[in-house]
Amino acid sequence: MEVEVTEVLDFLQQHPPFSELPLEVLQEVASQIEVGYFRAGTRILEFGQPIDALHLIRSGSVEVYRRSGELYNRLSEGGFFGEFGLLRQGRVRFPVSALEDTLVYFIPEAIFLHLFEAHESFADAVEVEDRTRLRQAVARREDANELLTARVDTLISREPVTLDQQASVHEAAVLMTQQGVSCLLITDQDRSLPVGIITDKDLRMRVLAAGLDVQAPVQQIMTPEPVTIQHSQLVFEAMLLMLRSNLHHLPVVRKGQLLGVIALSDIIRYESQNSLFVVGSIFRQNSVEELQALVPDVRASFLRMVNEDANSRMIGTAMAVIGRSFKQRLLELAEAELGPPPIPYCFLALGSMAREEQTLVTDQDNALVLHDSFDPQRHDAYFSQLAEFVCQGLAACGYTLCKGDIMATNSRWRQPLRVWQQYFSDWIDKPTPETLLNSSIFFDLDGVWGQLQWADQLNDLILRKARQRPRFLACMARNALNRTPPLGFFKDFVMEKDGRQNNSINTKRRGTAPVADLIRVHALAVGSSARNSFERLEDIIQAGILPSGRGQDLRDALELISMVRIRHQALALREGQEPDNNVAPEQLSDFERKNLKDAFQILSHAQKYLKFRYPL
Amino acid sequence: MFYLDPKKLRDQPVDEEPELSQSSASAVNWPERFRQLAETAVDPRLKAYYAAGVPSGDTPLAEVPLLAMDVETTGLNARKDGIVSIGLIPMTLQRISCARAGHWVVRPRTSLKEESIVIHGITHSQVQQAPDLDQLLEALLQAMQGSVAVVHYRGIERPFLDAALRTRIGEGLEFPVIDTMELEARVHRQKPPGWLDRLLGRQPVSIRLADSRSRYGLPRYRPHHALTDALACAELLQAQIAHRYSPETLLERVWS
Repeated sequence: MEVEVTEVLDFLQQHPPFSELPLEVLQEVASQIEVGYFRAGTRILEFGQPIDALHLIRSGSVEVYRRSGELYNRLSEGGFFGEFGLLRQGRVRFPVSALEDTLVYFIPEAIFLHLFEAHESFADAVEVEDRTRLRQAVARREDANELLTARVDTLISREPVTLDQQASVHEAAVLMTQQGVSCLLITDQDRSLPVGIITDKDLRMRVLAAGLDVQAPVQQIMTPEPVTIQHSQLVFEAMLLMLRSNLHHLPVVRKGQLLGVIALSDIIRYESQNSLFVVGSIFRQNSVEELQALVPDVRASFLRMVNEDANSRMIGTAMAVIGRSFKQRLLELAEAELGPPPIPYCFLALGSMAREEQTLVTDQDNALVLHDSFDPQRHDAYFSQLAEFVCQGLAACGYTLCKGDIMATNSRWRQPLRVWQQYFSDWIDKPTPETLLNSSIFFDLDGVWGQLQWADQLNDLILRKARQRPRFLACMARNALNRTPPLGFFKDFVMEKDGRQNNSINTKRRGTAPVADLIRVHALAVGSSARNSFERLEDIIQAGILPSGRGQDLRDALELISMVRIRHQALALREGQEPDNNVAPEQLSDFERKNLKDAFQILSHAQKYLKFRYPL
Repeated sequence: MFYLDPKKLRDQPVDEEPELSQSSASAVNWPERFRQLAETAVDPRLKAYYAAGVPSGDTPLAEVPLLAMDVETTGLNARKDGIVSIGLIPMTLQRISCARAGHWVVRPRTSLKEESIVIHGITHSQVQQAPDLDQLLEALLQAMQGSVAVVHYRGIERPFLDAALRTRIGEGLEFPVIDTMELEARVHRQKPPGWLDRLLGRQPVSIRLADSRSRYGLPRYRPHHALTDALACAELLQAQIAHRYSPETLLERVWS
């Protein structure tokens, strides 16, 4: 006689991954369960003992250990353990003790293995390899997003419309009208690729407004050497390229031959009302107040990207481009107000903006590089005012002033190029705790405005010097271990490695920042010129300095933690609260908790490896 | 388990429990008693049950096959009221086995009172379609065979089954039980409340099933389903042994 115990069935129906199984299956499971009670403090599983059942916690809580005795996890009602042992030789891999008086449901091995084979969702949830589960979680999101998988050539709907560079402006206008296109690629008989591009806007601004003769050659009004994109690149990459360069048309190239043109409007079909509009409107505002009025639009476009399942890379880049545009427009406005600069300068973005890993909650890290002819007496008043204007303007637009005073308003960070070169050389040659902290911020630098080549020069210097200084790398590696991830979650707490419990976790300080820190050390070691952590990881993987598979794991971990952080901010926005980085465990789904724990684990392993790779 | 109406009785006082047919609990030599009954029993089903014997009192609890039991009844009086459902769940100190659990609804030979329907939820129509206990007797005795019963409050299962069998086959049923309520009473009812307790109106600690369970961190179950109550009782015994006894404790210390 097979009877089902209602209490057991009800419990299974309320707890994932069982709750996702069909009722008939659950009834069968419930009828086969065994029950056992463990007093607080007693051992439930010993290392190496045979195991014949998946253990599901009905009430109470347990601690799971590593073989070394190190705490691995704490689990409470609905948590399960023993799957490692069941799937590998039927011996206990992780010993378990009852933390509180605990009632355990034993799901017999045969039933467990059947569920594992027959039900994908169940298998995913109990999958033994932490990293596999994380990979799947990240991959599922990637598949869901067309922007990430669609290639540029799928957007091309017609042959490119071209015109020889000797043709007249008039002929160009006629051709564009006949063909119904808003841009023309200008060719030269000697070259297979276009030598220039003209758009409707050029006809308006460079011909009509300028009163140019329509018989003039198009060569005269075209934008020479247009930026192009390869046919196999992703729509997402096209979007980034357009955002960064403020372009509306991109010629697409295949094997050195022109394939067609994609327009902004083609991409907008993929990402309706996107951040491109925000960027466009930033450059049309004429005062700090007007810029400030765009903050709700910035937030709305952030929300839209989250809703449309964009990944952290896309969101991080879009937010960085928006931040960059604010800076550029503020500098234009500052120059308009203060007059032209007395000597050339370059405005630098530092940290997460330079890495293109921005979210909504971000403070401004920036600096000014001045021409070597800088004379404080004569020039500094101007640049001090310029910095004040930009930093206060950014603060008004939601980029909080940097608490560590890493801003161009600080005279230390408003120096001529040679001083910067000296700073960087000293930091690399003679690292101190303070300069190491500086290195971790300043060595992610991007030129935003002015003499951008100076930013390149500084990046080259870092690239050249850092990899030759093992001591510097070792110090940076130690520094990257200062912020560690927690162990995981327990009930509604964040659990630390020493067993302490906190109410929330700062996803930046305990997650994305330490990942970026450790990726930076490897990137400096392999001489990667990339700034984005994902791009740096590509270079690091290419260089083969990580054990196989670990680079990919780290990528997944960064993506997952970043998205939890981003979604948390989006949720706050939707609920009309100020977004922040602190996530409380009760806000996380069971799925997110599991994946986050896996990601923390990967980070923790990667930190251990970092110490080993760069010994002092 | 039949739960007493709180209006009639605030808590189940142990010292007022109905006297059991066996005089002093520990005085019964159960293996010997079973040998005698196997000789004298007339019904072959009953004879087979006794003949299978019971573990002796000096067996460590860890080695004793146990059977958690609960019956729902039409009332509290074993002579006048009848059984409407039986829940059984085999167990050991280590594990309780849902796979071999049993649950039957049976048709009592007495009428079903409205007030009891409210409690256990078994209705007239369910009972009308149910078999008489006589038809299930063989299966029931087979399930009980060789095990020691585990109940919460020994004043129900044993007297009711005894009475039901007398009515049906003219012979009663005797079997040893471990009473989880009595095990709780040993801790919480060692001495009667003192004058100060009475003066301060201190209530004695409740030894009802749900309250006892909560003291051991066991979850709250919906009561009054024979199988759920049997499971609840089984878990309580495991908890009591884990906290207050040990797997080496001899059976004679806890059965009666």
